[in-house]
Amino acid sequence: MDQVFLYSGIVLCVLILFSLVRVVWGPTVLDRIVGGSVIGAKTPVLLLLMGLLYDNVGMFVDIALAYALLNFIAALGATKYFLRRRAARLDAGKPAEKEFL
Amino acid sequence: MSVVVTIMLAAGLFFFAVGTLGVLRFPDFYTRLHAAGKCDTFAAILTLAALALFNLQEFTVENLLVSLKIMSIAAFVFIASPTATHALTEAALIVGVEPWEKKGKS
Amino acid sequence: MAKVSTFLILYAFWIFLSGMFDAVHLFLGAVAALLVTFMSSTLLFNEESPALRTGAVFGMLGYLPWLFKEIVIANLQVAYIVLHPRMLDLIDPQLIRFRTRLKHPFSRATFAQSITLTPGTVSVSIRDDEFTVFALTNSAAEALPGEMEKRVAAALERE
Repeated sequence: MDQVFLYSGIVLCVLILFSLVRVVWGPTVLDRIVGGSVIGAKTPVLLLLMGLLYDNVGMFVDIALAYALLNFIAALGATKYFLRRRAARLDAGKPAEKEFL
Repeated sequence: MSVVVTIMLAAGLFFFAVGTLGVLRFPDFYTRLHAAGKCDTFAAILTLAALALFNLQEFTVENLLVSLKIMSIAAFVFIASPTATHALTEAALIVGVEPWEKKGKS
Repeated sequence: MAKVSTFLILYAFWIFLSGMFDAVHLFLGAVAALLVTFMSSTLLFNEESPALRTGAVFGMLGYLPWLFKEIVIANLQVAYIVLHPRMLDLIDPQLIRFRTRLKHPFSRATFAQSITLTPGTVSVSIRDDEFTVFALTNSAAEALPGEMEKRVAAALERE
């Protein structure tokens, strides 16, 4: 069973690498946030797989829980920060940055 | 038991892969969120349930607690992921991200 | 009353997460639960919103299996579209608006979450009773609000 977990973990790592493409080249900031939250959805599973491989799930499950919470708050926070910053720029009479649309 | 766990894990990984591929392949932001919002939620629930099931193989109180915690992660993802998707789409609509449209549409 | 039950629920959740029963951890948990209760007392119980159906919990339990079936269909559909080599022929994205007759904020939130999770649609914004939904295909756009709203109303709303 360890083999299955090991290979699942490797597949997840590869998928995270692919998601990074969207984070790095995403045309808008929101695309980058989506890439980040897609990665964040995979991390708790990866952490739990690590916990099972090291026979120490009891510890890793708390870290995974914290990561799941953090990912949600990070996506919301990043969106809110992005909207505020854009609103501030528009109020100051400057055009919105091009990559911000 | 381990066969069931392996199948669920494989299905979860498949949907994770579909979600990632969708985020890479879809033409615009809104359609990308379809892939990210749906597939990642379902895949996370599937894999987490598989791991919780595997953890319950030796039935002790401690293992039961850990499994319940894993299922609480799954429940949280189930509630939180659509909310995050919703927040992102609304932000995109406020900012005015252009939706992709089919060519030759009347 | 609402504060006391909020505190009890939070404390039970703390004990469930920590899994330790010595004095230090129980005391820390009580302090943390008290702090959260006083900082956000309307977290779980909000008396201002209209009442839910009395059996809302059971209604929710009856609704979840149907929702789960829809989620499975939605995922298979997305998988089919994503893996199709000429993907752009299959999709026809469009924004649609409609009014809902759901009244309670909780049932509206449930409905919006369900729209996001089910085939071909993502909820974009809710202003009072107007929903804006982004649909991936034409058929998905036509299916709204339809059956799902009826099910949510039957499960949660008071007639």
